[in-house]
Amino acid sequence: MVSTRSVSVAPGSLTPNDFPWIIEHREDRCTLCGNCTSVCPKEAIRLAYRRQRLPRLDILSTKRGSEYRTFTGIRQETAIANACIGCGMCAMVCPNEAIMPAPNTNEHRTLFFNNQKGEPQKRGGRRNVSGPNLLDRIVFNRISMLTDPALDAGRHEFNLTTTLGRILPPEDFLDRIQHGGWIPPTREIFPFVIGSMSFGALSPNMWLGLLQGVAYCNEVLGIPVVMCTGEGGCPPWVLRSPYLKYIVLQIASGYFGWDEIIRAIPEMQCDPAAIEIKYGQGAKPGDGGLLMWHKVSKLIARLRGVPESVDLPSPPVHQTLYSIEESVMKMVQTMSTAFGHKVPVYPKISASTSAKAVLNNLVRNPYAAGLLIDGIDGGTGAAYNISMDATGNPIASCVRECYLDLVAQGRQNEIPIFAAGGVGKNGNIAQNGMALIMLGASGVHVGKYIMQAAAGCLGNEKGRCNVCNLGICPKGITSQNPKLYRRLDPDLVADRVAEVFMAIRTEVKKIMAPLGRSQSLPVGMSDAIGIADRDAADLLKINYVC
Amino acid sequence: MCRLALKTALEPFSPYTVLTAMEAMQEGYDGSGLGLLLRGMEFEDFRYNHKFPILSGIAHSVAAWRRLDDFMEERGYELKYDHKFHMRWDLVESKDRYRYFVRAYRMPDKFTDRTQQEKDDELMLTRLALRKDGELHGGDLTVFSFWPDVTIIKEVGWPIKIGDSLCLHDGQIKSRVCMAQGRQNTNYGINLYACHPFFLQGISTMTNGENTAFVPIKDWLLGRHFPGYLGYQSDSEVFTHILHYTLKQLKLPLQAYKHIITPLSSQELAVHPQGEFLAGLRNVCRRLIIDGPNAVIGTLPDETCLLVMDQKKLRPATVGGRTGEWAIASEMCGVDAMIPDRDRALDFQPMREHTVIIPPDRKELTIWSQHDPYPLPQAA
Repeated sequence: MVSTRSVSVAPGSLTPNDFPWIIEHREDRCTLCGNCTSVCPKEAIRLAYRRQRLPRLDILSTKRGSEYRTFTGIRQETAIANACIGCGMCAMVCPNEAIMPAPNTNEHRTLFFNNQKGEPQKRGGRRNVSGPNLLDRIVFNRISMLTDPALDAGRHEFNLTTTLGRILPPEDFLDRIQHGGWIPPTREIFPFVIGSMSFGALSPNMWLGLLQGVAYCNEVLGIPVVMCTGEGGCPPWVLRSPYLKYIVLQIASGYFGWDEIIRAIPEMQCDPAAIEIKYGQGAKPGDGGLLMWHKVSKLIARLRGVPESVDLPSPPVHQTLYSIEESVMKMVQTMSTAFGHKVPVYPKISASTSAKAVLNNLVRNPYAAGLLIDGIDGGTGAAYNISMDATGNPIASCVRECYLDLVAQGRQNEIPIFAAGGVGKNGNIAQNGMALIMLGASGVHVGKYIMQAAAGCLGNEKGRCNVCNLGICPKGITSQNPKLYRRLDPDLVADRVAEVFMAIRTEVKKIMAPLGRSQSLPVGMSDAIGIADRDAADLLKINYVC
Repeated sequence: MCRLALKTALEPFSPYTVLTAMEAMQEGYDGSGLGLLLRGMEFEDFRYNHKFPILSGIAHSVAAWRRLDDFMEERGYELKYDHKFHMRWDLVESKDRYRYFVRAYRMPDKFTDRTQQEKDDELMLTRLALRKDGELHGGDLTVFSFWPDVTIIKEVGWPIKIGDSLCLHDGQIKSRVCMAQGRQNTNYGINLYACHPFFLQGISTMTNGENTAFVPIKDWLLGRHFPGYLGYQSDSEVFTHILHYTLKQLKLPLQAYKHIITPLSSQELAVHPQGEFLAGLRNVCRRLIIDGPNAVIGTLPDETCLLVMDQKKLRPATVGGRTGEWAIASEMCGVDAMIPDRDRALDFQPMREHTVIIPPDRKELTIWSQHDPYPLPQAA
């Protein structure tokens, strides 16, 4: 036996078997083209010389021995920094199907070493819990069968828009019409909103593709989709373009990009769709935005008004001259005033057991145009793993409680609640969204699903990829490196955005038609949904079915 | 599916006319109930003062009957007339019926100088207090309406049989407006309060079909915390309350009703002369948008009658007649039964944008379209 001292075994020594993804390489198919090693975002594989023993068996001789050959093969790196992320780009570029990452079915050791240099794991993506979520388990079961001819999803006219903006009680509205009072601005939008993903988190090509797609949905398909910028500001040419009306501008605690926005106000051709003030994010409640230095390119630095290549962690709270209670009220009011009280302004918060208190504050704030609640399954470009996996509150019960609170006050039509966080996590985008709408949301925000469906994001909830934070996105979606983002064709992203929203529109009709609904979005139509889980049904006050 | 019939005429007529229309349309219901509303009352044996509120309902026991008497007396109402139906009890299906009552009262003197609003509220609260009293006593008292010039009868069974049991053919009771619904018991249990027409402060509607947007609408109406917005044993009751909310709370003209329950689309509003106002109205009343399929037939305190359809016109209804008398029914044969000798070529079936209004003078139909200018200065 060899002395252990002569073998390099440190506490952190790992073999490929200890990693979440194991590279399977078939030497007999490999042509040594090198595509896989050059495309790998983590440099997890390398070409290496290897020696193979060829036993020599000479039957007529008593001599025994071996011959050796040297060949070039693929070797998986075993350093944590180079751990394979399972993105599968190697398989995508291999001309011969000679290589692919396979998930390690055993538990893997990297779980215990994701804290190199004392820094806990940071990543992109969302809570790594896979399988059907609660929304996936909700069924639409109030089918109009007895007295009614069912509506025809293909031929009948449907009104699928929702209202974003503060709505007055009817009595106040009529009074203000008569006496010339201020009517808060509202927007009729498609209830599936492209959620806040910043210019900085997303690559320029991704952003352009989304914007093109959104414009196409609005102007050609007649689907009034809007998208939110996230906190990184907005490209100057968009601010001065007629497409600004499809954009929700987000302001968050870092205030990045807002110099540019404020300066552009006099030159705007149209008002933005809305202003979103981010107070919290479902993926990382209590944390501010985070753009890691890898992604702060020259362009991003200019847009955000910061030096290049520095981490940009936004503080968790807004810097304010006011008390915390007043800050929300004053910020909402200030932003409303900045845009001449013609643009809806609403806050975004993390789903929380205290969401109702925020909501009730907003009800009393005449400038608040709604509330966006982001649940624990929401995505992010960068956050600590602990925040993503273990901090936050699921969206369904939070939205339901808030909605029922408004119902008790008779104010459910006044403050629209938008829901986010895990909508379409398992691909059931229309189903998840409509379930939330029937629980009381006026609409939903969708980020991760759009990245997956429109741009082919490879991330999943089994730890695949999840490197949005590092700027090495293999599809060029969340990278600021031109070599990577040039892989993403904005026109093709736009095509996919249009396809996705056309499909959502059809699926929404397919859900609404059997329920006998077509004239208005079935917000709060809780009699139409059921779930085969008694506890969930009791909590959500919906039907228990089995 | 329920069947609906309404007749309105300058000359009071027997409610039996409308019951024959129900009989003509009998294929459409299962005989689970009848609701009958009469407005513009005339009694054979009493010269009725049209200001006296009439309390109508059913006492299911002697005790309930006595409580009713005591309650009204304590509240200061003076009984002026107590109509006694000539009953054929052998035709009554239900077992727990003691007395069908139609009683005219004089309001307490203290209300003489009160505003109309206060009087209206008092009548409603009195009715609700009696309803509550019945509910607290195991449902032994059912009160349908308490309002001047209005009588409502609701009962379980075949319409014509109910009419026969109350001897409605004998001309003792007549009215200028009569509306009836033959009920198809569908998703809710047989409950007298679930029977159309529904009534609130002089406003009444009845509906066929199903209200698929019932729960969100009900939730919103309950949030108004108006005492009369309760019940909802039937999903159609909200149509009455929306009309009440439109006319009495928002004080909007009748034309607004259609704009509230089935607003025009954004494209249509873009070219409407008052599109901006109506889009705002649609926003603020969004929770009152119905989805049908329904035909809504109603009457107002001034004897105006109306008919509107859901946005997809998934339930038909026809209106026909001539100067002086008009009929609305969910089936053409219903109109035929009520006014056979009319010019059928002039019958009208409203489209999705129409509100058919039969004004109190009953001279001609007003067919108002949502695309027409909206008749209110505030919308200008």
